[in-house]
Amino acid sequence: MTSTTEPFADLSATTLLRFATAGSVDDGKSTLVGRLLHDSKSVLTDQMEAVEAVSAQRGQDAPDLALLTDGLRAEREQGITIDVAYRYFATARRRFILADTPGHVQYTRNMVTGASTADLAVVLVDARNGVIEQTRRHAAVAALLRVPHVVLAVNKMDLVGYQESVFAAIAEEFTAYASDLGVPEITAIPISALAGDNVVDPSANMDWYGGPTVLEHLETVPVSHDLTACPARFPVQYVIRPQTAEHPDYRGYAGQIASGVLRVGEAVTVLPSGRTSVIEGIESLGKSVDIAWAPQSVTVRLKDDIDISRGDLIAPSASAPATTQDVEATVCHVADQPLAVGARVLIKHTTRTVKAIVKEIPSRLTLDDLSQHPNPGQLVANDIGRVVVRTAEPLALDAYADSRRTGSFLLIDPADGTTLAAGMAGESFASQAETTVQADEEGWDF
Amino acid sequence: MTTVAHLHEETDAPYALSHLDALESEAVHIFREVAGEFEKPVVLFSGGKDSIVMLHLALKAFAPAPVPFTLLHVDTGHNFPEVLEYRDRTVEKHGLRLHVASVQEYIDAGKLRERPDGTRNPLQTLPLTEAIQRLKFDAVFGGGRRDEEKARAKERVFSLRDEFSQWDPRRQRPELWQLYNGRHAPGEHVRVFPLSNWTELDVWQYIAREGIELPEIYFAHEREVFQRGGMWLTAGEWGGPKEDETPETRLIRYRTVGDMSCTGAVDSDAATLDAVIAEIAVSRLTERGATRADDKMSEAAMEDRKREGYF
Repeated sequence: MTSTTEPFADLSATTLLRFATAGSVDDGKSTLVGRLLHDSKSVLTDQMEAVEAVSAQRGQDAPDLALLTDGLRAEREQGITIDVAYRYFATARRRFILADTPGHVQYTRNMVTGASTADLAVVLVDARNGVIEQTRRHAAVAALLRVPHVVLAVNKMDLVGYQESVFAAIAEEFTAYASDLGVPEITAIPISALAGDNVVDPSANMDWYGGPTVLEHLETVPVSHDLTACPARFPVQYVIRPQTAEHPDYRGYAGQIASGVLRVGEAVTVLPSGRTSVIEGIESLGKSVDIAWAPQSVTVRLKDDIDISRGDLIAPSASAPATTQDVEATVCHVADQPLAVGARVLIKHTTRTVKAIVKEIPSRLTLDDLSQHPNPGQLVANDIGRVVVRTAEPLALDAYADSRRTGSFLLIDPADGTTLAAGMAGESFASQAETTVQADEEGWDF
Repeated sequence: MTTVAHLHEETDAPYALSHLDALESEAVHIFREVAGEFEKPVVLFSGGKDSIVMLHLALKAFAPAPVPFTLLHVDTGHNFPEVLEYRDRTVEKHGLRLHVASVQEYIDAGKLRERPDGTRNPLQTLPLTEAIQRLKFDAVFGGGRRDEEKARAKERVFSLRDEFSQWDPRRQRPELWQLYNGRHAPGEHVRVFPLSNWTELDVWQYIAREGIELPEIYFAHEREVFQRGGMWLTAGEWGGPKEDETPETRLIRYRTVGDMSCTGAVDSDAATLDAVIAEIAVSRLTERGATRADDKMSEAAMEDRKREGYF
């Protein structure tokens, strides 16, 4: 069971995995990230020399690997991570984009940012402390954002004598909790980021563990399948009309396939107008293709010359979404200014931005114990809550549970352009208690 | 009719994308978002490999229509002649419009002063930001990649700049999913980085896959250079070598293209794309560590320049 760390074979055929890390301040997250980068030979000599020089200048005995990741003046001065940073590394099997999210006070919005594009989240736990409030919060955010794979990295195993029983108890407690929240796949790995056990190389200290190392799991976990199994969704970004002598009548709809598969000859419906046509051709960045899938950027041509513009959605007629002007969603509030009932906002959904008004804020979630506070009146930074939003024009919105891309939206302050909230349409575990309260309707489903 | 483009060969996943296809799709998505949402975008184009890849992606994103953007180059006055020739040839070939902001003109007009160390890189900020304000660009594409430098690792894909073109890393908008928020007040603009998630190696592999032509200085050639501050700099009228610096002819190539006063060459016999890729794959130095004197001025040199409006 060894990981392939020889750098760079033929990389053009390798896949890309986006993942996020989450951990509280002293869980050893920087050490884990540093270890992953260092042991996968992704830290280059000049970067390491810079870290060594600064560490020595500060009188530290060993190079401080956190300096590899803390890039801003203020971060280095204060020794904390302020904001999400993105790191890049590669092995022979795969290339990685790591969203390195800080474990500090602004944990929720930062982790939401990192997790929104992640295929996998690594939740770090200190083996001595086990599952704590922060761990549950990280699991809840991963579940809410529907990150397809979650890794529980039980760190500092060296400090608990590498005991299997300690790991097993933490893994069991976490798995039960996260499964209840709907996390589809959980992999627990006992590690010591400091000593290097089971991060890149298998540990000699835990022969009772038969699973993969962190890197090996990252290299082999499947990606993208969730996107292509869903019904096709194609938000129109831009209409391409050359109007040149060579292409006098060309009219193509450019966009990135948000989910599913598009095929030439397929009957499609354009939303919100509801007009129908048939896909006449698909160009995949210069090449004519019969079939294309998420997340490819393509240009689609239709048989009929119908009125389509940026913000419209093309979907197979057989599985087109309904449109709505009443959006019920779970939101994570990411701005410093609050979001109150009655607020006039903009909602940005795929390529469409429309005016909207916040009609209700039915509940706010306490992440610590997942309890619901009804009608809080407003949401402030890092709050997660349910909202009901009335939009000025219909949106073709999927449930976030069905599509992370067409079920997500932003709420934006029209006055200054601030991104107020990250929205996830439809039901989530944050809406369960609310439905329990309205128990006069029998047999709801979610 | 054909076929599935770049079907993944090694996994049995029917609908996987190779990492280059995924990066390409993402970058094209970003170009089209800007075209759809902004009034007057511009692409920073220096004739360096990152901006060449940006232009290639923009051409693909809008084909068969022309690229709906103009180009802007900040000419330090110390640029490599081969690169300027490449720049002008490329602009003409694609029927594009190029704006040039000239550092030399600012120096001649007394608006900027030559630095004692001779580097003109930090001097680019003023001509750049004034060109953006004067020509009223509301979105400015840059080829910056997050893997280049740790301050750039914190950069958003859509990065709002105030009316002074300043970047405030502590007040960045969270960037969620692929929903880029480009809203800005009049006078403000957004810097857009479609190559954010690319690494140096990705850029080279993509250049090889797409058969993109590059200026010759990226490939091994003999050149008269001299050593300054640990860098091999090209000898020339711009200001080197000085009396105590000895020119010599070496087999070198460039990993980045910038101002001649602060862009170093690396010893190399890599004369082809394959050889360059093989060389980078085993290099233990980052692109900037190997070739950029200006990033070594202080630990936060890039962050400080970016705050001022540098790209």
